[in-house]
Amino acid sequence: MKDPVDRRTFMKIAGASIGVGALFHVAPLLGATPGGRRIAALLGKENGEAPTPFSFVQLSDTHVGFSGPPNPLGTQAFEQAVDMINGLKERPDLVLFTGDLTHDSENPGEHADRMRLFQKIAGRLKVPLIKSVPGEHDAGLDGGKLFRENFGETHYSFDHRGVHFIALDNVSLAKPNVGPEQVAWLKKDLARFPVTAPIVVFTHRPLFDLRPDWEWFTGDGDEVMNALAPYENVTVLYGHIHREHTHTEGHATHIAARSLIFAFPDPETGVPKKPIPFDPKKPFQNLGLRVVHEPGARAGGPPRIEEVELTLREFSGTVGIQQLMKEGGSL
Amino acid sequence: MKTARILALLLLLAPAVTARAANGAEEPRTIAITAKRFEFVPSTITLKKGETVKLVVKSEDVTHGLFIRTLKIDTDLTPGETQQISVTPQTAGTFTAICHHFCGAGHGNMKLTVVVE
Repeated sequence: MKDPVDRRTFMKIAGASIGVGALFHVAPLLGATPGGRRIAALLGKENGEAPTPFSFVQLSDTHVGFSGPPNPLGTQAFEQAVDMINGLKERPDLVLFTGDLTHDSENPGEHADRMRLFQKIAGRLKVPLIKSVPGEHDAGLDGGKLFRENFGETHYSFDHRGVHFIALDNVSLAKPNVGPEQVAWLKKDLARFPVTAPIVVFTHRPLFDLRPDWEWFTGDGDEVMNALAPYENVTVLYGHIHREHTHTEGHATHIAARSLIFAFPDPETGVPKKPIPFDPKKPFQNLGLRVVHEPGARAGGPPRIEEVELTLREFSGTVGIQQLMKEGGSL
Repeated sequence: MKTARILALLLLLAPAVTARAANGAEEPRTIAITAKRFEFVPSTITLKKGETVKLVVKSEDVTHGLFIRTLKIDTDLTPGETQQISVTPQTAGTFTAICHHFCGAGHGNMKLTVVVE
């Protein structure tokens, strides 16, 4: 008998967008129907843990150490994002950083200092778990050596409340590639899961050809997505492009987070690839924290589990963190 | 005066002479490109649709890349080595080739404009 739960049932992503990253509320609704409970039991057996609702945050491209006209404020947006997350009524279980934690430096000692400063700021997050993948500015010059020394492996996986998280490294080879070894590891990692398993992949560069002439692609991204193709509930979170973007292909939804340092324009407008200029009157314009929020009331909603919605509620004008801080109470 | 005329004629003929291989077949036009942090020199090259051109590409400092999907070029540029890449563009337009081997803070702006007439 076909499972009454379709591929989008497990993770409910809905909410508001204000920039920099995303707060995802995973609301599988698996306890709401017999079918859902059956799938939850199956996943619990397969994964060792049944899916249960939780929320997590994605932050990206903090570029600690960057200094320049596109953002003369350094780490201020990052620090405000940390404060904002710590002020959320519902404390997220997890914060994911999708690369470019630091801005590169020719001097390894200076780069190490930047990584330590990143850790100091991120360490203020009042969340149980922080996970990260490198961006090319973290790992492109030394193959990820310094990143591994400070943050651990550049690709790995873990399970959290019944969701399988996969960290992929598409920067340490210096080129936008994952590489055959990591693809082989991915296939092996996925093999133990049923196709209905909820999977969140987080990486730095887009795994599809978003804009190759802006280096917004992963050369062997097709191999990654082919390995993931059988799985019915895949969300890919990435950074690198310093702007919001959502792309759905097959069973997978790819979601980009904004940066915490500066924004890139929309390449479809025909403008060159240059950071959007800093506006001192609106220092966090185009930055902020995209909040994806699942209203709790829906947890006991329709008895039939069919679709998972992806709803983004833009704060008008994308004013940024300050506006979120004002509206934070309603989140 | 006569000598000057002969020299001028030789200069005019020189490109045609050098463009012919030993077997008499005409060799493709050659364009030299140098990659260095964080630019390609020249920054723009002009090709003709249907014309085969040999790109002679090298890096003069660190490892760079040259990537342009339109021309199916995807190569690393290692210092000390010269890449010879034959291309025959089939589509007119203006395209952007990029360095796709991370080379430092200015990497993201390292590009080569390719005009195909």
